[in-house]
Amino acid sequence: MAGMLDPALTTIASSAVTDGLAAIDAASTLEALRSVDAELLGKAAPLSQLKASMRDVAPEQRKALGQAINEARTRLELAIADRHAELEAIARREQLAAEQLDLSEVIADRRVGHHHLITQTREMLEDAFVGLGFTVAEGPEVETDWYNFEALNMPAGHSARSMWDTLYLDAGEPETVLLRTHTSPVQVRTMMRQEPPIYIVAPGRSFRSDTADATHLPVFHQIEGLVVDKGITFADLAGTIEAFVKVLYGDDRTTRLRPSYFPFTEPSAEFDMTTATGEWVELGGCGMVNPNVLAHCGLDPEEWSGFAFGFGIERMAMQRHGLDDIREFVTNDIRFLSQF
Amino acid sequence: MKVTHTWLAEFVPGLLDHPVGGDPDALGDVMSAIGLCCEEVVKVGAGLDGIAVAEVLELAPHPNADKIQLVQVRVDPDGEPLQVCCGAFNMSVGDKVPLATIGTTMPNGMEIARRKLRGEWSNGMLCAAEEMGVAEMGVGDDHAGILILDPSLALGTPIKEALGIEVDAVFDLDLTPNRPDALSIIGVARDVAAKLGLEFVLPAIDVSTSGAPAGDLASVRIDDPDLCGRFTVRVLSGVTIGSSPSWMQQRLTHCGMRPINSVVDISNYVMLEYGQPNHTYDLATVPNGALAVRRAKPGEDLVTLDGQTRTLEERDGVIVNGADQPIGIAGVMGGQSTEISDATESVLLELAWWDPASISYTSKRLGLRSEASSRYEKGADPEIAGRAAWRLAQLLVEQGATLHPGEIVAEGNVPASITVDVRTARVNALLATRLTTDEIRGYLEPIGFACAATSDVDVLAVTIPSWRPDSTAEIDIVEEVARLHGYERLGKTVPKSATGGGLTARQLDIRRLRSFLTSVGASEAMPMSFLAPGDLEASGVRADGVTVANPLVAEESVLRTSLLSGLVKTLGYNAAHRNLGLSLFEVGHCFAQAPDGAVPLEWEEVAVVLGGRDVVAAVELSLRLTTLIGIDDVTIRNEPVGGLHPGRSAIVAAGGVAIGVVGEIDPEVCRRRGVAERVGYLSFVLGGDEAWHGDAGLLSVPRSDGVYRPISRFPSSDVDLAFVVDDSIGADELAAVLRSAGGELVTDVELFDVFRGDSVGEGRRSLAYRLRIQAPDRTLTDTELGSVRDSLVTAAGSVGGTLRA
Repeated sequence: MAGMLDPALTTIASSAVTDGLAAIDAASTLEALRSVDAELLGKAAPLSQLKASMRDVAPEQRKALGQAINEARTRLELAIADRHAELEAIARREQLAAEQLDLSEVIADRRVGHHHLITQTREMLEDAFVGLGFTVAEGPEVETDWYNFEALNMPAGHSARSMWDTLYLDAGEPETVLLRTHTSPVQVRTMMRQEPPIYIVAPGRSFRSDTADATHLPVFHQIEGLVVDKGITFADLAGTIEAFVKVLYGDDRTTRLRPSYFPFTEPSAEFDMTTATGEWVELGGCGMVNPNVLAHCGLDPEEWSGFAFGFGIERMAMQRHGLDDIREFVTNDIRFLSQF
Repeated sequence: MKVTHTWLAEFVPGLLDHPVGGDPDALGDVMSAIGLCCEEVVKVGAGLDGIAVAEVLELAPHPNADKIQLVQVRVDPDGEPLQVCCGAFNMSVGDKVPLATIGTTMPNGMEIARRKLRGEWSNGMLCAAEEMGVAEMGVGDDHAGILILDPSLALGTPIKEALGIEVDAVFDLDLTPNRPDALSIIGVARDVAAKLGLEFVLPAIDVSTSGAPAGDLASVRIDDPDLCGRFTVRVLSGVTIGSSPSWMQQRLTHCGMRPINSVVDISNYVMLEYGQPNHTYDLATVPNGALAVRRAKPGEDLVTLDGQTRTLEERDGVIVNGADQPIGIAGVMGGQSTEISDATESVLLELAWWDPASISYTSKRLGLRSEASSRYEKGADPEIAGRAAWRLAQLLVEQGATLHPGEIVAEGNVPASITVDVRTARVNALLATRLTTDEIRGYLEPIGFACAATSDVDVLAVTIPSWRPDSTAEIDIVEEVARLHGYERLGKTVPKSATGGGLTARQLDIRRLRSFLTSVGASEAMPMSFLAPGDLEASGVRADGVTVANPLVAEESVLRTSLLSGLVKTLGYNAAHRNLGLSLFEVGHCFAQAPDGAVPLEWEEVAVVLGGRDVVAAVELSLRLTTLIGIDDVTIRNEPVGGLHPGRSAIVAAGGVAIGVVGEIDPEVCRRRGVAERVGYLSFVLGGDEAWHGDAGLLSVPRSDGVYRPISRFPSSDVDLAFVVDDSIGADELAAVLRSAGGELVTDVELFDVFRGDSVGEGRRSLAYRLRIQAPDRTLTDTELGSVRDSLVTAAGSVGGTLRA
């Protein structure tokens, strides 16, 4: 019977497996499983004891016993790993179930700020013109008589000055420093600073001595365009106006120019666009830059020609959004600001 | 300016028969197309065709109604009487009244039909003046009911004929200030005729004269030739004041003038027709008929036609009598002492050309704007006075007056006639047209711009007519050509921009700022730039605000020096509407007095108010904002700031330069505006590269050069150090000390805890920093780390910081 294992030893090994598997199965938590692990495979575990007693076994049986112990250990280890995975899955399920929330009952701060409607309209216009190859120019709101009137072909006493009700400031000589009545001084500043070609739009605040009512504010916003280049024609003016109206409103819109008068442009025009329903609405004023203005800014009118146009940002925003009272723009009621 | 269709036709004979010119609506469009913007066309005398003169035969009560009576009328002398139900009771048997017969469409569109009223037939309608649309023409004095007509009128006479109503159309023109010539019937007629290709005619005026030569009865002298360019006088006698003819009253009424009496009406009529204001003196009140023109002497006064005493200044022009006493303010208003009256027998007519700037000055100074002064200040035609004087005389003579022979004219300085060269190539280059020189001449000559050939066949010498003071240069002629050629015929092309479009870095930064602020829940407000007196002081911000010299209302008379006041006001407005906890921001210009008192300082700011949130939120937001812009070296320096809570305010500096402020708004400032909650505040000057952008600001701080720096591959260590320091040492200040002591090995210094309590002592607190230590080129040894730590502790000690055990 050399090499045959003592049946008593075999029984110990197999019962260790049977009992072990039962204990693993019975472990209902990861923690319990950890103790079971220690019990079955730790130093005091039956299999460990059995291994310790190997030296007492006849040498020819040792190999068989060692093999039996290793098989038993492997079976238990696999069972523990399986059970561990199972218990982990259960624990995850339980945790997720415990953490379940009704997301619709979250008390959320859903406030997001809003750009002012004037800014939105201004940026929309800027973007349209940038797309047409324009840059954006700016200038101060406090101006001198020279930039606001004189350089724009309105010397002192010029009758056209009465077209603008001017707010003068207590600074310098009387009636020399003022709040700009239009964004046109930016034209002058640009031409004085920069050699043509010039393709700019100048949005900004303007001021007039107007009593606030549904259609007037003493403080409002304009956007002004200026092109100075070689060979610029009246047709370029009409075409540019048509182009930006189509960019902003769509290809089905059209525009027209009607003769008008501004001291800084000649020929001058008012420009109209069609509405979605085909009626004409007035948009702004425009014209070819008056040669006197070019000359005031140091440009030779025989070499350069140009056009300028301008219109009110509030009025355009009102048309686009169905507003009928311009005073909403300065009240800054959050119920107004957050609508757009 | 209003003009009427029939009046224009007196100067454009083919107008009413022209397919476009004869149609008022189409004609209005033509006017707009040539720059005489026609805002409205009103047709008058329409809807009167079925109304005729009828006689009241019998009046009887309506059996079933108290407020209606039954009237038997006869309109056809040979026909049967007709029964009409009428709600008015002001007529008597035998009266002649207007009857709207069956089938008439009234001016208001109502159709007259045979119908029963409370069981009785009504065969038409008796009319009141309003119902016929003639009340506004001065027909029918009372509003008592049916218009009672002249008893001598024949039955069946059409009412238009009976009342002398001229069928007409009234064009309401919104004229631009460069066209004083169009403030007259002839001016509009000339343009319209040219556009339609019709002839423009000034009819001959033939008036016989008698009596003493005018020169024996009157004289005129100009003492200031710059004030008065020309002064024309005519003398008439036998002038009686009555009422002017109906046709004249109607036209005056259409054009917005109230008929007064024959003399005043004729004066106004001629002013409207020729654009030449004029004045009438009672000759008996002007000794020897002697008139002179000069500037006023300071302190001189006179009583004007409206009964007011006017004190004059040196710049005012006056008309004086032979005794050198003022009897009228030149071009503005006549004097009471020479006013015509029922006793007037002979008159002096004055037709003058005044210097526009002088008239503008005086009428503005005295607040006297009239039809006359507005024509003079825009520039009347210096050559029209003679013709207008004949026309005045003609109309007065038709009223029974006698014109004395001779015209007295004194000459001053009138604007010289201007001739400019007009290059066909230039016209075409600006208008993108291919007009020939002859075509250009064809547009200009009908509107009175005389064209002469020059040595260059494609250059015309164009003489500008006296009635177009707006035109002085070639470009003005280009505009005339464009106008008459038609803007709608000019092309539409898009210039090829040689420059690339785009926004500047600064403009993009401002857009980023706005987007960032909205993403953290702030909405953009745009209050007006004006404040009321005292607002700056009440807000605690800098008080050297610029004031408006001519404000409309006091509440809008000071320019803001800070965005704070407007934003707190806005919070207050919203709080009053129960909207609290708002975050608002603004990007806007601020202004302050310049040290030299000249052009004020101006700069742009961004400011944020955080309603219901305190200084911590404000500091946090200001640091996020500077980080967004890419500024690393930001310090918060505790310092009282005007308008802010003195213990909760600081200057935000970059590289040691102040660029903004942060804190909490002074609770008292909030309370004054009805804001009860705490309000966090931050503001930055934006700065930039232009003079008016103001001093250093958020967007002018030098930023990272954008050049890549290698990231260290060697491990970093974090060291936490807490120092107890005096409250007077700012946390940022200590951080800066640590950063500089650590040199390049300390890559990050972050404050992570602040502790105050008994254990650190009164007036002190513990500031705990986490310092990240790392070398770019090696792993630091423990010894090296220790020495860095030691140098940090030593540095903190230099500002009184002791390492907290």
